[in-house]
Amino acid sequence: MARRGGAPEVNAGSMADIAFLLLIFFLVTTTIETDAGLDRMLPPKEPPTDEQVILKQKNIFTVQIGKDGQLLVEEDLLDLKDLREKAIAFLDNGGAVKGDPDYCSYCEGARSPESSDNPIKAVISLKNDRETKYSVYITVQNELVAAYNFLRNRAAKKLGYNMSFTEMEEAYSNQETPDDVKEKLKVKIKKIQDLYPQKLSEAETTTN
Amino acid sequence: MSKFKKKKDGELPPVSTASLPDIVFMLLFFFMTVTVMKDSEPLVANELPNASEIKKLEKKDRVVYIFVGQPTEKYQSAFGKEPKIQLNDKFANVSEVGDYVLEEIAKKPQEVQSSITTALKIDKNANMGIVMDIKEELRKVNALKVNYTTYEGDAFKNLQ
Repeated sequence: MARRGGAPEVNAGSMADIAFLLLIFFLVTTTIETDAGLDRMLPPKEPPTDEQVILKQKNIFTVQIGKDGQLLVEEDLLDLKDLREKAIAFLDNGGAVKGDPDYCSYCEGARSPESSDNPIKAVISLKNDRETKYSVYITVQNELVAAYNFLRNRAAKKLGYNMSFTEMEEAYSNQETPDDVKEKLKVKIKKIQDLYPQKLSEAETTTN
Repeated sequence: MSKFKKKKDGELPPVSTASLPDIVFMLLFFFMTVTVMKDSEPLVANELPNASEIKKLEKKDRVVYIFVGQPTEKYQSAFGKEPKIQLNDKFANVSEVGDYVLEEIAKKPQEVQSSITTALKIDKNANMGIVMDIKEELRKVNALKVNYTTYEGDAFKNLQ
């Protein structure tokens, strides 16, 4: 006959395991998701309009997105896949002749006199229709940023930095990077940005 | 013979693990209460486009969110199928965007107010018209730093 000395004690040894399981579940599922995306600066509303900025036609790279997603680059239809290459060719052209104050010593482009003088002068003008799909617009923006990043990464390599430009930017915006490292990165980033400034205009540009 | 019996070597008294569950539960409750799941219920469809050249929005306390997209099925009868703007947890007109952003910026601590980014979470099926209107509004209130929030991926997937 079984003994009836009260209920046997429940073994609570595995309680810790169960609690750990829950804990790990919460830890894993509630990772604070960091959003990511394309950073852009909008043009200020009222720039000092005393003098009109006049740009040479050859220093402007026009990109127009039609309402059905067609792309008009420099007045020609272009496939989106070729946009990056075309933008790189334009930015890196370095058309100014040697001795000119605009001469670009670090450009590796075709140096065609028909295209941009210097990456510092080169402006990409982006226009779109109200009916344009947002996804197409983002793809175009992405390709143009990719063109700049390509050139900036190349510049970083040429300057002998052990990180690419995009890596440096990432490290700079990372909160865990120590301040002294950030200071050094800031100088390097600034230097590359000066070589290839991102001039992506969405406002009207005047030509002469 | 000796009164004090010598204990056998290496026989340490086992550490009691009875309080371990309590400690772990404490941690568990801490995490459960601290993690906020979501601050607002999405009223609009929000399938973001893909992009590859993205940058992370590291500082969450310096971000103001604006959602744009087609109203979810629940709200389609009332608001139609055209993409709408969602600010916090209600629908808004384009004209309200500026005030909302200023309000949100004013809520942030003083030292970060000058470096606020506006994260535009726009559904990939939206038209540029509404985006251009929002950008115009943001320019009016001088909130010039924007981030087109996207998923990480091949940008050409957007075109399909």
